[in-house]
Amino acid sequence: MSLAVSTAPALVLNELEVFYRVRGRDRHVLRGVSFEIAPGESYGLVGESGCGKSTAALAIVRYLPRNGGVGSGSISVAGRDVLALGERDLREFRARSVSMVYQNPGSALNPSIRVGAQVAEAFTVLGVPGGEATERARAALERVQIADPGSVMSRYPHQLSGGMQQRAVIAMALAKDPALLILDEPTTGLDATVEAEVLDLVSQLQAELSTSVLFISHNLGVISKMCSRVGILYAGRLVEEGPVETVLQDPRHPYTVGLLRCIPRGGVRKDHGRLDTIPGFLPSLGEDAPGCVFASRCALADERCGSEEPPLAAVASGHESRCWYHERAQELPREEVADIDLAPVDRTGEPLIELSKLTKIFKQRGHEVHALTDVNAAIWPGETLGLVGESGSGKTTLARTLLGILEPTVGIASLDGDPLPTRYQKRSQAELRALQIVFQNPDSALNRRHSVRRILLRSLKKLAGLGGRAADQRALELADRVRLTERTLTQKPVQLSGGLKQRVAIARAFAGDPKLVVCDEPTSALDVSVQAAILNLLVELQAEQRVSYLFISHDLGVVRYISDRIAVLYLGRIQELGPADVVFDGPHHPYTEALLSAVPTVDGGGRERIRLEGDIPSAASPPSGCVFHTRCPRKIGAICEETEPPLVEVEPAHDMRCHIPLDELRRLQATVLEPVA
Amino acid sequence: MSTVAAAPARSEASVARRERMQALLRSPSFLIGAAVILFWIVCAILGDRITPFDPRFDQTNDLSQAPSSEHFFGTDHLGRDVFSRVLAGSRDILLIAPAATLIATILGTTLGLVTGYLRGIADDTVSRVIDAVLAIPLILMAVTVVAALGSRSVWTIIIVISIVFTPVIARTVRAAVLGEAGLDYVEAARLRGERSPYVMFSEVLPNVMPPILVEATIRLGYAIFAVATLTFIGFGLQPPSPDWAVQIVDNYQYLSEEWWTVLFPAIAIASLVVAVNLVSDSVQQVLER
Amino acid sequence: MIVFAAAQLLPGDVGRSVLGRDATQEAVAEYNREHGTDRAAVVQYLDWVGGAVHGDLGNSLIPPEPPVWEVLRPALVNSLKLALYAFLLVVPLGILGGIVAGLRVGRAADRGITVAGLSLAVVPEFVTGLVLILAFSIWLGWLPVTAQWDEGAGPLTQVKYLTLPAIALAIVLFGYIARITRAGVVEALDADYTRTAFLKGLPRSTVIRRHVLRNALIPTIAVVATQVGYLLGGLVAIEILFNYRGIGLTMVEAAQLKDFTLLTAGVLIIGLVYLLVTLVADILFVLLNPRIRFEAAE
Repeated sequence: MSLAVSTAPALVLNELEVFYRVRGRDRHVLRGVSFEIAPGESYGLVGESGCGKSTAALAIVRYLPRNGGVGSGSISVAGRDVLALGERDLREFRARSVSMVYQNPGSALNPSIRVGAQVAEAFTVLGVPGGEATERARAALERVQIADPGSVMSRYPHQLSGGMQQRAVIAMALAKDPALLILDEPTTGLDATVEAEVLDLVSQLQAELSTSVLFISHNLGVISKMCSRVGILYAGRLVEEGPVETVLQDPRHPYTVGLLRCIPRGGVRKDHGRLDTIPGFLPSLGEDAPGCVFASRCALADERCGSEEPPLAAVASGHESRCWYHERAQELPREEVADIDLAPVDRTGEPLIELSKLTKIFKQRGHEVHALTDVNAAIWPGETLGLVGESGSGKTTLARTLLGILEPTVGIASLDGDPLPTRYQKRSQAELRALQIVFQNPDSALNRRHSVRRILLRSLKKLAGLGGRAADQRALELADRVRLTERTLTQKPVQLSGGLKQRVAIARAFAGDPKLVVCDEPTSALDVSVQAAILNLLVELQAEQRVSYLFISHDLGVVRYISDRIAVLYLGRIQELGPADVVFDGPHHPYTEALLSAVPTVDGGGRERIRLEGDIPSAASPPSGCVFHTRCPRKIGAICEETEPPLVEVEPAHDMRCHIPLDELRRLQATVLEPVA
Repeated sequence: MSTVAAAPARSEASVARRERMQALLRSPSFLIGAAVILFWIVCAILGDRITPFDPRFDQTNDLSQAPSSEHFFGTDHLGRDVFSRVLAGSRDILLIAPAATLIATILGTTLGLVTGYLRGIADDTVSRVIDAVLAIPLILMAVTVVAALGSRSVWTIIIVISIVFTPVIARTVRAAVLGEAGLDYVEAARLRGERSPYVMFSEVLPNVMPPILVEATIRLGYAIFAVATLTFIGFGLQPPSPDWAVQIVDNYQYLSEEWWTVLFPAIAIASLVVAVNLVSDSVQQVLER
Repeated sequence: MIVFAAAQLLPGDVGRSVLGRDATQEAVAEYNREHGTDRAAVVQYLDWVGGAVHGDLGNSLIPPEPPVWEVLRPALVNSLKLALYAFLLVVPLGILGGIVAGLRVGRAADRGITVAGLSLAVVPEFVTGLVLILAFSIWLGWLPVTAQWDEGAGPLTQVKYLTLPAIALAIVLFGYIARITRAGVVEALDADYTRTAFLKGLPRSTVIRRHVLRNALIPTIAVVATQVGYLLGGLVAIEILFNYRGIGLTMVEAAQLKDFTLLTAGVLIIGLVYLLVTLVADILFVLLNPRIRFEAAE
C-alpha cells in the first residue's frame, strides 16, 4: 500500500517553464505548463515530437541535460517541492517517491550487470540489507508475472526478450511503491501483443498499489486505454485538458480536433473518408511568437489569435481549453475535403506480381532460421496489399526477396507473368524501374550530401533514362506532385523535416513510373499529423498512376486504411489473406483476432482482450504442426500440434490457415471470449 | 489543396559552412596552432634569406659558443650559428610530411573504399595483409623499407612514409565506409541500377569525407614525427642539412656541454608537431558538432 | 615475408655489402656461396622458413656470425623490461586521466588533460627524451644519462636507470589511452542505463563506480593492446638515445649493416609478441563483455 496516505495530489506542476541553452541562447521548451494528478489517478500527456512532453518528465525527476534548466514555476510530488530539494534529499526522493520507466528497456538496463543485481539495487538504496534485497527482488519479479524469476535474475539483460526486459524495469520501478510512476513511451518499439501485455500489467499493478501514473505518449489509443485524464501538449503549451472520453469525443481545441482527424479509425478508408491533415509546421524551438501558439496552423485563427494568447479556460467541469473559439473548435474546416476517386481494382486479368512458393532460410551460427516458408500471393495492378505481422513474421524478408535484395531459397517472384531474376543485380533496367521502395527511416534513406535536385535528377537518369532539359522539367513536375516547392530542390536533407524527406524519397521512387512500390513502414518514424499527409500522398499517387503497393506496417489502423487486401504473417507463413474489411471484421484467424484485440484504439471499448501467453517462438526452431499452436487460445487439440494446416480458400477471395472451419470460427468469434484471468 | 510550404530552413548549407569557419576561428587551439605553422612555413619559404648567418657552412671561428646577443642560440662545434639553422630547418620537413600524407591519404582512401564497400575476398585478403603489416611497429617497417631501397634521398623518405601510413588510413576509411554502406540510400542507389564505382565515389565518399579529413590532419602530425624519428636513427635526412632532427643527431653526444645545440632544434620540432595537433584537434571538434 | 621481399629488391649483393668495398671478387663470391646468398630469392626464403619452424632462426650474416637467437634473446629481454616499466607507468595514469577528463567534460580539467595528452603524444620520443635528460640528468642530476648499468646491478638500480626512458615512452602513449578512456566514460555517462541508476536514487559515486566504469573501460582494454605496437616502435628511438641494447637498437643496426637474417628474425619475433598481446587483449575483452560471452536471447 502507498506509504503516505496523504490527500496531497501526487503531482502538481504550476506554471512550469523549462528552457535549453542552445548556442548561447535560451530557448523555451515548456511554457507555463500547469496540471495536477490526484492520488491513484492516471494522467496522460499527449503530443507530437518536439512538444516537450519528455522534457516535463525529466524536469520532474530533475534529470535535465546540462544545458537545460527550470526557468520558473514549481513542481511538487506528494506535497514536496521538488525544485527545492538538496542533493541528499533529491536522492532520497528518487529512491522512494518517484519512478520512471522509459522507452527501449534494453538500454535502460546495464548490459554488464546481472538483472537480479540491478533489481535488488532498488531495494539496497532504501537501506535494505543485501540478502533481503535479493529476496524482495525475486518477489518483485514474480509480481510482474515473470515465471521462474530465479533464472531471469541470474541473466544479463541482452539475454531477455524486449517484453521481459520491460517487465524487469517495471519491477524495479514499482519496487519502492512510489507516489508517482512516470511512463515515457514505454511500449513504443515493442510488438503489438507484447505491448498489450505490458500495458495490462501496468493497469493491474496500478490498481493493486493505487499508484499515480503520468503516462507520456504520442499514441492517443494507448492513452485512452490507460488513463482517466489527458493533457494535450503543443509546442510547450498545454492546450487542452480533461477526462479522456470527453476530450476524445468532444474536443475543444483545434489542434486536438485536427489530431483526431489524422488518425485512421474504423470505417475510414482511403476511398471514403480521407484522413485530414494539419497544415504547416511546428514552430521551431524557442520561437516565442506572440499570440496563440497554434495560430499559424489553425484555420479558425484570426487577428486576435495572432496577437493575444488565450488563457487555459474551463469549457466544462474538469475540461479546459486554451482557445478563444473553443466552442467552434469542431467546426474546424477540413484541409482535405474531397474524397479521392479511386478506381476499383480489376482482378480479372493477370496479376502484376506473383509470388510462388517463396521460402527463405538463413544460416546463422549453425542454426537454420526459417524466415519465410511457402509464401504464395498475388498483387494486381493498382492494388495495395497490406502486410501485417510482428517481429519474426518475415514481412521485411518478403519485401526484400521480392526486390531481389535477398535470394530466396526456394520459389520465385514474377512480374507481369515473367519470372524475375532472383538478384537485383541481374535484373534489367526496366525491371528495376518497375519495382521501387520507400524506406522507413527518412534520415538514412537520402544521401545527406546531395541536394534534393541532384537526388531526383539522378533517379530520373537511371530509372527514366532522362537527361538535360527533359530531366529538369520532370524533376520540377515530380517535386510538384509530392507538393515540394522549388526552393526545396536546392536544399539538402539535413535542412528538411522528416515529412519532407519522406516526400523526396517518394518522389525518387516514382521517378521511373514504377508499377509497384514497396512501402516498408513508411510512416512509422513520423508524427501522426505528418503520417496522415504522407498516406494521403500515397493514395493520390495510386489514383493517378494505378501503381500497386506492398504496404508493410505494424500499425493496424494504417494498414486497414490504405490496403485493399491484407496478408497476416506469423513466423514466416501466411496465416490469412483476404480483403481488408473481411480480415478485420471477421470471422478471422485466431492470430488475427488476438492481434486486433491487442491494439488499443481511440474509439475505445469494443473488443475483449485476448491475451497470448508467452513470447513469439524463435524462427530458428519453429513449433511443429501449426506454428501458432503454442499460443493459440482457440487450439482444438492434438491436430494443431501435429499437422500444419494448409492455406485454403475458406470463402471467395479469403484464404486462411487454420484447422477450425470457417463457420465454427464465425460462431466462436461472435460470442465474447472469456477474458483470460 | 494547399502546397506544403518548405520547412523553415534551419540554415542554408553555406551558412552552416560559414558557422563552422567562425567556430574554428574562435577556437584558441586552432589559432595558436595555425599561427605557429604559418610561421614555420614562412621560414621554410624564405629560407636562407632571413637567417643572420649561413646555416650550412661555418661562418665564424666561434666554435661552441653559448647563446649570446650575437648568436641567439649559440654556435655548434663546427662554428655554425644555431639560430640560423633552426630557422632554416623547417623546409625539408615541411616538404616531406605533407607530401607523404597526401599520397597516403589518396591511396589509403581508395583502398579503404574498395575494401569497405566491395567486401568479399578482396576485403578479406587485403585486410589480413594490412593487419599483418600493422603488427610491425611503423618505425621498424620504415627502417626496413629504407634499407631495402638503399638510397636516402628525400623522395625515398616520402615514399616510405606513404607506404607505412597507407594501411592505417585504409583501415580508418574502411571502418567509416562500413558504417555508411549499411544505410538505406546506398541500397536505394543499387536498386536503381547504379554500378559499384558510382556508388563508392559519388554516394559514399562524400559522406566519409569528414572522418577522412580528421584522420589526414592527425596523420600529418605523425608524418612529421616519423620523419624526425627516422632521421634521428639515421635513416632519414642527412647532414649537412639544417633539418632539426639532423642537428640533434649531430650533437646529442655533446648534450652535457653544448645543450643549446640540441635543445633549440628539439623545441622547434615539438612546436611544429604540437601546432599541427592543435589544428587537427580543433578541426575535429568543429566537424563533430 | 615482407621483409624478405623488400630485402631482395635492393640492389647490390649481400656479400659485397658485408665484406666491404675493398674485398676482392673471389672473397665475395666465396662468402655468397657459403651463405647461400647466391641462390634464388625464393629458395633462400624457403630455406630460412624451414629452419625457423624448427626453431633455428639462422645465423647473423655479419662475422663472427653468431646464431640469431643468441643476439636477439638478450636484446628482447632488455626491451621487454623497458616496455613493461613504461606500460606500468602509462596505463594506470592514462586511464585515470581519461576518467577524470570524461567526468568533467568541457571543463578546465578535461580540456587540459585532453590537449596536453594529445600534444605530447605527437612529440617524437627522442625529443621528449632529450628534454628529460637535460632536465633530470644534466641540470638536476637526479637520474643517469644513459641506460647502461654495470654488470650484475640489482633490480633497483636497473629501475633507476630505466626511469627516464620509460617516462619518455609513457608520455607518448598517455594521450592516446586517456582519449579512448575519456570517450568510453562520456559514452557511458550519456547512456540510458546510467540514467536509470541515477533515477533509482543511487549516489553519484556508486553510479560511477558500479555502472559507468565497468562499461567505459571495455573499449579501453581493446585499445591498450594496439598500443603495445606503438610501444615497440617507440622503443627504437629511445634505445638509441639512451644507448640501451634492446631489440630496437639491434634491429636498426642490422638494417644498417644489411643483416637480413637478423632483421627477418627480429621482425618475426616482434610480430609474434604483438600477436600474443592482441590475443590476450581479445580474451580479456570477451571475458569482460557479457554480451559476447553469453548468447543473446532468441
